[in-house]
Amino acid sequence: MRSVMALVSLLLAAVLAAPVAAQDKPRSGGELVFPVPSEPPSYDGHREETFGLIHPFAPFYNTLIRVDPNDPSGTKPAPSLAESWTVSGDGRTYTFKLHRGVKFHDGSEMTSKDVKASYDKIINPPPGVASDRKGQYQNVEAVEAPDPYTIRFRLKFPQGSFLLSVASPWNFIYKADILAKDMHWYEKNVMGTGPFTFVEHVKGSHVVGKKNPNYWDKGKPYLDGFRALFVRDSAAQVSLIRGERAHIQFRGFSPKERDTLKSALGDKIRVQESPWDCILMIAINHDKKPFDDKRVRRALSLALDRYAGSKALSQIAIVKEVAGVQVPGTPYATPPDELAKLAGYGKDIGAARAEAKKLLREAGVPDGFAFTFRNRGVPMPYEPLAIWLIDQWRQVGLNVKHEVVESAAYYDQVLRPGNFEVAMDFQCGYIVEPDLDLYKFVSTDKNPSNYSRYTDRVLDDLYTKQGRTQDPEERKRLVRTFEKRLLDEEAHYLMTLQWHRIIPHLAKVKGWQITPSHYLNNTLDVVWLTE
Amino acid sequence: MWKYVVKRFLLMFPTLIGVAMLAFLLLRIVPGDIVEARLMGSGGAFVTAQMIAEERAQYGLDQPLWRQFAGWMWGLARLDFGRSMWTGAPIGEEIKLRFALSLQVAVMASVVATVLAIPLGVLAALKQDTWIDYAVRIFSIAGLATPSFWLGIVIILGFLIIFRWLPPMVYTPFWVDPWQNLAQLIWPALAVGYRYSAVATRMTRSAMLDVLREDYIRTARAKGLWMKLILVRHALKNAMLPVVTVIGIEFAFLLGGLVVTEQVFNLNGLGMLFVESVARRDYTLTQALVMLTASAFIVVNFLMDVMYAWLDPRIRYR
Repeated sequence: MRSVMALVSLLLAAVLAAPVAAQDKPRSGGELVFPVPSEPPSYDGHREETFGLIHPFAPFYNTLIRVDPNDPSGTKPAPSLAESWTVSGDGRTYTFKLHRGVKFHDGSEMTSKDVKASYDKIINPPPGVASDRKGQYQNVEAVEAPDPYTIRFRLKFPQGSFLLSVASPWNFIYKADILAKDMHWYEKNVMGTGPFTFVEHVKGSHVVGKKNPNYWDKGKPYLDGFRALFVRDSAAQVSLIRGERAHIQFRGFSPKERDTLKSALGDKIRVQESPWDCILMIAINHDKKPFDDKRVRRALSLALDRYAGSKALSQIAIVKEVAGVQVPGTPYATPPDELAKLAGYGKDIGAARAEAKKLLREAGVPDGFAFTFRNRGVPMPYEPLAIWLIDQWRQVGLNVKHEVVESAAYYDQVLRPGNFEVAMDFQCGYIVEPDLDLYKFVSTDKNPSNYSRYTDRVLDDLYTKQGRTQDPEERKRLVRTFEKRLLDEEAHYLMTLQWHRIIPHLAKVKGWQITPSHYLNNTLDVVWLTE
Repeated sequence: MWKYVVKRFLLMFPTLIGVAMLAFLLLRIVPGDIVEARLMGSGGAFVTAQMIAEERAQYGLDQPLWRQFAGWMWGLARLDFGRSMWTGAPIGEEIKLRFALSLQVAVMASVVATVLAIPLGVLAALKQDTWIDYAVRIFSIAGLATPSFWLGIVIILGFLIIFRWLPPMVYTPFWVDPWQNLAQLIWPALAVGYRYSAVATRMTRSAMLDVLREDYIRTARAKGLWMKLILVRHALKNAMLPVVTVIGIEFAFLLGGLVVTEQVFNLNGLGMLFVESVARRDYTLTQALVMLTASAFIVVNFLMDVMYAWLDPRIRYR
């Protein structure tokens, strides 16, 4: 009897599962429409910084390797133009084997010569050619193309993050012959190997791409094309999705906008959420008294009830997760239990604030001590976070004045010249990787973007060691030690809350996986529409 | 009359030069520049002082101010606005792309405003202190109190919720598809035109009331002239002076000032371009847009002055 029941259950399960399976089989056809809140100054991925370039233009290109589009942590390297790769025993040579038969949209074949020319432009751009991320490739000694289908990177020293830095979504592979004639050609023209070919860009309006029928990854893309609409206003973006005139917006919406779409569209909408690889942090100017005293800096962190803050702020702002120096849920992130041992991350806020007051007294900071917190003039989420911070510091007897400085002048007038006591600082990454995320915190003489303005050779040493080790477990240990020193022992910088990415999209959009970075997963080769 | 027109015309040039100097200097006084705006988008952890200096040199921002100004003025003299610092595209091209849309919205909103304002204002004046006058005044006060962008949001949400329809969000030129073009632009034109008409209605009403109390109107009535003729030939023409001023100034404002309404309806117009260029510290583009807007105001003012002289022959330049 039991076996009969089991058989019936199995059959029932199979029958119920059948439509789901059929629905999950990618279907070809349709045009994906998505609003993009920002428009790029040029088309050159090597020189631009804005997601406004990635979202509409990444589908025209491929990178050497990429981040696995199905990996929610956005940290697993996966093949793209390179079908495989090997790393030498000493960790200094990376050899990539390229797919054969990959064609540019003009019909010419893509070979290692093109990859080399692209990376030479990224790493050693000629005078007058901008390459915004060349600083991340200073470890590359040489890029070699020993044969048309092999590309080799020789490094000055081993670098654990190298594979992911090659998976950067910005590193479009361009055609060598074009670059040889004009290094600026790709700033105003589009021609890659990607799954979609360029149709038009009407400035301030839209970009259209159509399926590349000769795409090297056979069977893809599934879409017939896409249309990216430049829509700056978030209410207009919500209206587009609510009116089913657009399918998805790839950057993110606020909690309120998500709720509006959910209540308006019900089952027609699917919401994907993830911690976001962006964080607002507090730069504490070590050149200003009493902030040169680590007891004061620790007190500032101990005053923060990050868990209560997360609950309250995540209702109204695009922040949520309590985090250290790595995005929660990614390979090098500190687990919550361990994180709770750091100053300002404990669950007993009463005890933490008592300790904060004690530290302030010991440092000679009187009750009601006043200082100015300078903030960037960007409403979301800078404003709600600043209000929360000021309230938290008030609860340990600090009297904080909030001063907002216009966004375009903020770095030049406030952070870079050290014209502040305590100020909001920001970091946003394209891939969660300790090498990229921790560089900000090395000594200010090595990285002037460290606006807390300190020199800490222990941190510098830990940064170098974690970057060069080949053993992931050892690297994890080093990253944790770095984090403890940065946020707890020395409290050089304070983390607020991790940004939280919310993507409500029409349920008919399939094959797209949210990651912590709004710069990833925009090639659209695996995205499809159910109808 | 011709002497007056020529003098008014020549006066436009020193005004434009003054605007050019102010625009150039004010932009340089504001802290921050395009290099900051471009490189610091993600926090700039890998941005070095050398990179910033190289970028500044590329934009010519390392040059002394007088040289930057002289270069720009030399370009202006040849009607060459240069290239946008942000996109690298010729400024003429950037403006041309948006000008047709902005001009069309401005014209449509002006038509809406004029068609509403003049009959309503005249009617309210003729029927002063009756229910018609009160209704017109309520209508116009509501228009003044309602921001155009808010009305725009209400229009969009109303269509979306009630009819599940959304106006097109991508601009189609009128000559490509008139229906699609009007389906997008009629709503912002109505939203803006309503507010604009409110100002003009009140102005028409008060101007008409003043004129209707003039001796020559009383005389015309006394000699038994047909009321319609009195209104059109004697009252309306004289009452139009302040109304023309309001309509002209509003029209010039609409060309570049519809920032929030453009955002709500996702219009790729000059207003949004203006705001973005300022936020990005795109000096060349902002300067060109300031010059364009100033020119629009100056030309409209000039035309209005000419029209004053035509409407009221007593007006002469002294």
